[in-house]
Amino acid sequence: MNTTTFRTDQEFFLDPQRCIGCHACEMACAECETNGQLPMIHVDYVDRFFTTQTSVQICMHCEDPVCAKACPADAITKDEFGIVHTANTARCIACSNCVNACPFGVPKKIEPMDLMMKCNMCYDRTSAGKKPMCATVCPSGALFYGTREEMGKRRPNSTPVNQFRFGKQSVKTKVNIMMPKGATELVVDEL
Amino acid sequence: MATVPVPVEEVISRFGPSLNFPPAEGYPGRDEPDEVVKTHCCFCGMQCGIKLLVKDNKIVGFEPWEEFPFNEGRLCPKGVQRYLQNNHTDRLLEPLERVEGKGFRPVAWDAALDRVVSEIHRIQARYGPDAFAMLSGVSLTNEKSYLAGKFARVALKTRNLDYNGRLCMVSAGAGNKKAFGLDRASNNFEDLAHAEVVMVCGSNVSETFPTLTHWIWQARDNGAKLIVVDPRLTPIARTADLHLPIRPGRDSALYGAILHQLIKHDWLDHDFIANHTTDFEKAKEAVVGYDLEWAEHTTGIPKEKILKAAQWWGPAKTSFLLHARGIEHHSKGVENVLACINLVLATGRIGKPYCGYATITGQGNGQGGREHGHKCDQLPGNRDIENPEHRKYISSVWGIEEKDLPGKGLTAYEIIEAINRGEIKGLLSICFNPLVSLPNNSIVREALEKLEFYTVIDFFLSETARHADIVLPGSLHEEEDGTVTTAEGRVVRIRKAVNPPGNARTDTSILLEIARRLGAEKYFRFGSSEEIFNELRVASKGGTADYNGITYKKIEDNMGVFWPCPTEDHPGTPRLWEDRKFKTADGKAHFHGVPYREPSEVTDAEFPVILTTGRVVSQYLSGSQTRRIGKLVQQYPEPLLEIHPKLAARLGIQERELVRIVTRRGAAEFPAQLVETIREDTVFVPYHWPGKKSINQLTSGHLDPISKIPEFKVCACRLEPLQRQAPPPGETKAHASA
Ligand code: SF4
Ligand code: SF4
Ligand code: SF4
Repeated sequence: MNTTTFRTDQEFFLDPQRCIGCHACEMACAECETNGQLPMIHVDYVDRFFTTQTSVQICMHCEDPVCAKACPADAITKDEFGIVHTANTARCIACSNCVNACPFGVPKKIEPMDLMMKCNMCYDRTSAGKKPMCATVCPSGALFYGTREEMGKRRPNSTPVNQFRFGKQSVKTKVNIMMPKGATELVVDEL
Repeated sequence: MATVPVPVEEVISRFGPSLNFPPAEGYPGRDEPDEVVKTHCCFCGMQCGIKLLVKDNKIVGFEPWEEFPFNEGRLCPKGVQRYLQNNHTDRLLEPLERVEGKGFRPVAWDAALDRVVSEIHRIQARYGPDAFAMLSGVSLTNEKSYLAGKFARVALKTRNLDYNGRLCMVSAGAGNKKAFGLDRASNNFEDLAHAEVVMVCGSNVSETFPTLTHWIWQARDNGAKLIVVDPRLTPIARTADLHLPIRPGRDSALYGAILHQLIKHDWLDHDFIANHTTDFEKAKEAVVGYDLEWAEHTTGIPKEKILKAAQWWGPAKTSFLLHARGIEHHSKGVENVLACINLVLATGRIGKPYCGYATITGQGNGQGGREHGHKCDQLPGNRDIENPEHRKYISSVWGIEEKDLPGKGLTAYEIIEAINRGEIKGLLSICFNPLVSLPNNSIVREALEKLEFYTVIDFFLSETARHADIVLPGSLHEEEDGTVTTAEGRVVRIRKAVNPPGNARTDTSILLEIARRLGAEKYFRFGSSEEIFNELRVASKGGTADYNGITYKKIEDNMGVFWPCPTEDHPGTPRLWEDRKFKTADGKAHFHGVPYREPSEVTDAEFPVILTTGRVVSQYLSGSQTRRIGKLVQQYPEPLLEIHPKLAARLGIQERELVRIVTRRGAAEFPAQLVETIREDTVFVPYHWPGKKSINQLTSGHLDPISKIPEFKVCACRLEPLQRQAPPPGETKAHASA
């Protein structure tokens, strides 16, 4: 890890409102050799009957990742940059504890491989000074990777929020969601 | 009789479409490519910059090209997957000849070309030169478009050459010429990002030009109000400040009504109108009775919404109006375009920073492809084939006698009709799939079957190419150097990344070789694409689309150059009309009186529902390319009939029930998708599929009298629920039914 050129000034910003449901992110993510052509980001219609709104979910890279905590095999780890890595293949026992624990529903068990896989913020790219694939290609700005300052300039009317509340549980993440100006927290689920 | 020589299933099993998925671990060589080639996407008019990774003469992947100013690395799913065409098993690798009952068998280049040339000679000797027609495509580079135009007129000596832009932007082109005397978006999209009001008319931007949404949202971030006119709540319409859900075919009524409001409230730029335009009175007169009540009744849009649009558009200081096929694919496409332009001119918001107007060109080189003379009525530089001065100039560039330059020919749809009438007997086509893309497409099949000889240059065996007598394997986008002109008017470089595989050849070398064999070698001595471009520059000099000052090097140095660019020291023109010198004969911009008229087919008791068509994000036009890429097909595997739940309830239609759509041209079955995002009186089906899945079996062939674009966007239909669920989505079925 000594040779990394990971840029700590750059962050991930997600603005689901803007998603046009094009799936470019999924296809670009799948291009990464380490994923075996499987996307680690997921796009779905919210309810196609009523709306063309889609929802996009990537790993939020929690400050205190429950997936890692719940992992009995210590297969999931968070690194010095706050990236929560995908399960270590040698350790993962495919017990799905992480899958059930994640408040954002991110990790997925890949049945044929008997392995949990999740987004590692394109560590192969970000550690080499590049940007994650999905955020680079996203045509609409629903995904953005860059500095807080750049984002501030682009979206004067929005604020990045990385504090979430699920009932009584508060979660802080490395990935930001764009909210209307002034927002500080996103209440996801009133339990 | 150019019927398909064996059952279609057999052709499909050999030539596809079959689905290409990359290996799970990616193509080998991505990590250490031999070369990283900066080029552009082969699909829509945005022409997003992309870097292709090359290993051992194969494209093994891509990298976003973040420095390219328009898209900064952003791509849509088609762009992400476009590299998969290169490693595709369906790729044509050798010339083929059709053998009745046996299919297509490989043949040597010499024999194939001999046959092509002897058939051209035979048909022209017997029926005259115009009995051999040519159809070309707008996915071709500027160089190839130019070459096709010259090839048809000088080597084939036919007047019957047209292109598939005829199905795309010709209404915009004709409207632009009438109003401004020149046919190009007035601005680059950076102006759009700073406009106060953005009006998007008939364009499903997020699915057809996804990377443009970034610019529109940038405008919104900067405080712009977004107005979207569309019968459907598309993803871009969903986020608009104002969505005007128009009844298909009533567009010019809406723009007329907005003009009426601008006049009523005096939201006009009187100075601009007086000094730089003509015929405002005519435009005004045409909309006298177009009050809000009339407009609501005609367009189906609540009058408050129409008023709101006028209230936003009228007093704004800056604005940008964009339109696309939604208003252009009509039997009054040109009128719709002119009605939009009237709104821009009335408020004088053109030729100024952050003020603009553009048609969003659909095909990759939709812009360049309509400038270099492969349209039936046009010579390079956007010159007029019937203008004696223009003819003289181009003849001199080509080194021929003016009398030997054929005159105006038939348009694409008319060529098909002429084949059906027996007037055209032979056809050469390049990158055009009319069997899927033309409306009322059963007449295309009849035409193909009537041809005495049909030859195709293409890289996959498209549905249309299955009817060919000789198939000449041409080149993919990444196999030849060249330039294209983006929807913004920016000329960019397409860079060759790999050689054509097997015995395939570049399109250019094929056309040059046929020209040589037709005895026209001396007019076609080009050693490279750049040499063709340099002749194109001269040919365009002094024309409205002036490329004279653009060189390959200048494009490389500046990541594109905007035409017009008359001299080498000219920087190019991102924003037109700052000098207020329009390219019309009197130097002024022209208003047009656009009285509203009905679409050519209206609903009645027998056909009570409006049918409209369009695209989905994962497929591109006739699907000849995208229906071969696995994940793009999986994303939206078959055409669905979008229908409002209330209309569905009235007709007893359930979700995914098979519904028979009947129009005056025929009937076809599609699974229903119940969505509240469409008007209650309208159904929608996307048009990328062939055969029984082709909605273009049902669309009408009514043409705009000026642009001759077919009316894809509106016809009348009847819906008959079949009381059975559609089988699970399956692309194979869609193919096999071709
Ligand atoms: S950051 Fe990389 S790994 Fe994560 S979802 Fe995006 S593309 Fe996939
Ligand atoms: S690329 Fe962007 S717009 Fe497209 S689906 Fe993904 S998040 Fe949504
Ligand atoms: S299809 Fe158009 S928007 Fe998509 S990547 Fe290609 S050029 Fe860009």
